[in-house]
Amino acid sequence: MIEKLTLDINGEQWVATVRMADTLLDVLREKLDLTGAKRGCENGDCGSCTVLADGLPVKSCMMLAVDAIGKKLTTIEGLQDTPMQHAFVEKWAFQCGYCTSGFIMNAHALVNQHPDATDEIMEEWLSSNICRCTSYQEIREAVKSVLKEQRFDRKRPRNRR
Amino acid sequence: MKRYRVIGKSVLKKESWDKVSGRVKYIDDHQEVGTLHVKLLTSTYAHAYIGNVDTTEAWKVPGVRAIVTGKDYPLLIGTTIKDRPLLAFDKVRYYGEPIAMVIADTEAIAIQAVTLICVEYKPLRVVNSPVEAYQKDAPLVHDQIEQYLIDQDADTTGTSGGIRPVPGTNIANRQGIRKGNIERGFARSDVIVEEVFSFKQSDHTAIETRCADVEIKKTGEVIIHSASQEPFEMRELISQTFNIDEGKVHVHIPLVGGSFGAKTSVQLEPLAYVASKAVGGRKVRLRNSREEDIVTSPVHIGLHAKVKMGCTRDGKLQAIKLFFLFDGGAYAERAVPVTKAAAFDCTGPYTIDHVWCDSLCMYTNHPYATDFRGFGRTEVAFGVERTIDIMANKLGMCPLEFRLKNAIQPGDTSPTKVLLNKSNLGDIRECLLQLRELIDWDRGQRIDISDRIVRTKGISCTWKNGDPPPGVGAGAILTFNSDGGININCAAIEIGQGTKTVLTQMVAEKMKMDVDDVFIQMEVNTQLSPEHWETAASRTTFLSGNAVLRAVEDAIRQLKRTAAIILKVPVDELEVANKKVYKKTSPSISIDFSEIVYGYIFPDGKVAGTQVVGRGTYMIPGITEMDPVTGRGIQGPEWGVVAQAVEVEFDKRDNTFKLIRAVSVADAGTILNYKGAETQVMGAMNMGLSFATREGFLYDDQGKVLTTQFRSYKVMHYGEQPEYIVRFIENPVKGAPFGSRGLGEHGIMGMPAAVANSLSLAANVSLQQLPLTPEFIWKTRLKAGEVY
Ligand code: FES
Ligand code: FES
Repeated sequence: MIEKLTLDINGEQWVATVRMADTLLDVLREKLDLTGAKRGCENGDCGSCTVLADGLPVKSCMMLAVDAIGKKLTTIEGLQDTPMQHAFVEKWAFQCGYCTSGFIMNAHALVNQHPDATDEIMEEWLSSNICRCTSYQEIREAVKSVLKEQRFDRKRPRNRR
Repeated sequence: MKRYRVIGKSVLKKESWDKVSGRVKYIDDHQEVGTLHVKLLTSTYAHAYIGNVDTTEAWKVPGVRAIVTGKDYPLLIGTTIKDRPLLAFDKVRYYGEPIAMVIADTEAIAIQAVTLICVEYKPLRVVNSPVEAYQKDAPLVHDQIEQYLIDQDADTTGTSGGIRPVPGTNIANRQGIRKGNIERGFARSDVIVEEVFSFKQSDHTAIETRCADVEIKKTGEVIIHSASQEPFEMRELISQTFNIDEGKVHVHIPLVGGSFGAKTSVQLEPLAYVASKAVGGRKVRLRNSREEDIVTSPVHIGLHAKVKMGCTRDGKLQAIKLFFLFDGGAYAERAVPVTKAAAFDCTGPYTIDHVWCDSLCMYTNHPYATDFRGFGRTEVAFGVERTIDIMANKLGMCPLEFRLKNAIQPGDTSPTKVLLNKSNLGDIRECLLQLRELIDWDRGQRIDISDRIVRTKGISCTWKNGDPPPGVGAGAILTFNSDGGININCAAIEIGQGTKTVLTQMVAEKMKMDVDDVFIQMEVNTQLSPEHWETAASRTTFLSGNAVLRAVEDAIRQLKRTAAIILKVPVDELEVANKKVYKKTSPSISIDFSEIVYGYIFPDGKVAGTQVVGRGTYMIPGITEMDPVTGRGIQGPEWGVVAQAVEVEFDKRDNTFKLIRAVSVADAGTILNYKGAETQVMGAMNMGLSFATREGFLYDDQGKVLTTQFRSYKVMHYGEQPEYIVRFIENPVKGAPFGSRGLGEHGIMGMPAAVANSLSLAANVSLQQLPLTPEFIWKTRLKAGEVY
């Protein structure tokens, strides 16, 4: 069955014609050319397809496109110059880059949802993604540096912002 | 030590921002309307005759454009022994082997049609391990190996030709090492240990699965896009297999999403070529699912190793006898070069006068193997380095002291009888001494934390030469922009290792200019880029770097020649820096690159110089063929060395453990990009620990691989990693760009051995199999009566 649907992605409305069985990942990549989310397993195991739905990370290979209707979706293409992207660059938190979009989306949501994330919370969130190139230590440093920066920003008096 | 401006600095990867903003286009991200999709039908048996392949029902699915079966192309291909059918006909030899393919409008349609193809199988007895394969009465995976063609072209076989399958057996190749006299060596030994080690095949699991696009033009030109490390070898193979002029095959490689050796084998591209041919040359895409990437495409080799070592009472190693049965799987492909290379460096970085090694690449009914980071060393080191610990233990010596005492030195010879010197050999003693400090070795190798928890440290030493076949090389072309900036064109492939950025650093260093003014094309195109031997064996920087440096010299010569005419200063009084040519003695006499890179016009219309194009080529000197029996020969330019340690916390009650700390001290020659080098080594260490503690195929008794998803094939996840510490000793190599050594693989090699040494000490049993799961440790302790 073919359906025409409207999705709210990165603050814009996108219209696509999809099969009912198409996953959100299929539609993002094949219909809308938003190829930042990657296919690593299409089975919910690797996290390289992670996007945000209403601010929370979801594996877009595990969500049907029709289920994304009405949700505010954010993909890596929607992140502009965010602290997490800077941190990934500065801490060398990627090599081949294939897992990177997914990791950044997950980590970006993590620091928004848990500005005081402990090591345990970080692990709980980030262990859903696989990176085969880095040692994860670089990713850990990147996320920690953003958390630290945020904390520092919060402590600064308002008028200095 | 020499100080550089740009070399050694942690220059960020050129493609960094593209990678963090989702803009990098890997092969699967390029989508063209009208591309047809190919899906493979793969075998559900590991060893069986195949009868009729019935495609009637599959053809009925709307949107199916073509179906190809093995009978349509009864071809045998391979880059070493030509033993592999493009699509299986007559017989399947591993679970997951391609039998047929469907070409359809969409991937979903192709998948649906594939499920409707019926294959008649007649199961055969399965060869389910390399040990089984070696038995006299073992079924033969290939009945008539003597009839196969062998590609003796050193350039494609890698690690030199001389491949000899043994008729009537499952032996695809046997590589020997004979140095000294093994009997005499053992006669001189007071203590002899003999141990067996093994692990099953596993997989690279790069997060990007393999994928290839092929289109055949009306002119007969074949356009291939692929995620591969070997565009030139692929071109050659396609041209030979299908009898097409090599010049008509054009290969494009975009950025690659990880490889670790996986993407050195050419597999999907010839299939996609045939698929495109079946639909009149239309563009087709063949993309692996994760499951196919794990079993259908080539895997990481397995090993069964016997290690016998002899030593004097005072701890001087005398003799080592090694017998390797590698699980190369159903087809020889690149498993053969891996098993040859494993023999060449088999002793590890130790002085041992009497060496005997036979390294056998066995055919089994398992997926076929290809390169894996470390190229044979990671595998062998597990056995040899565990035995070193066992020996030290028997002698009552400290394992670190024992290694120091036997560390190989300039003046010694390698197992391949190459005389070692300060340039071609890294400094393993210095690595060990620094490791000792970093891991607090002298505070104790084993510390009891509580009656349940114990903390232990294990170490290992490894080395690796590069194994390029004789006569390989690279080329580079430099062009200039009107503002004096430089573009590099060379065929080194970026798989995440940062080679491209390092090459821009080299140009910036030599030209004394800002690295931001140096650009490099990320994609490789065989039609435009000068030929380059595969991006593998940690030799890319060596080959491309040398070519690029020569290209810079060539460009500087041209710039100076033009500037000399304009400035009226003799060429040898000129220098370049900051995109200018200037007079050494009075730098104010100068001219900008921007004024001369396209030639210079005087006011009267006369011209000086022409466009500057730097050309550089390089061919590796001094590599020889290796003797198949004695292993004598020169296999590469230099041995990089690394000493590593792993600290674990082991729970004696439930046999679980935590990885606490892992340290590497590597002699990598001059470091070209500090952060780049450090993170390369850290990533490799992580992969090594993942392999050693979690990974490995499970097969059922019929040779079917049961672990084909990340749910069953476990790799390291975030949070499971230890703290990583990396240090470098910079002992430069002659003839290498800025004196750098190979680096991409060194982090992984000693990890399995070090963690096994650590856990063996903790669990008080000798662990001789991988992966080191709590279950395996528990079973070993149970056998030893350590637990009940
Ligand atoms: S592709 Fe979605 S989790 Fe792997
Ligand atoms: S950077 Fe390659 S998989 Fe993470």
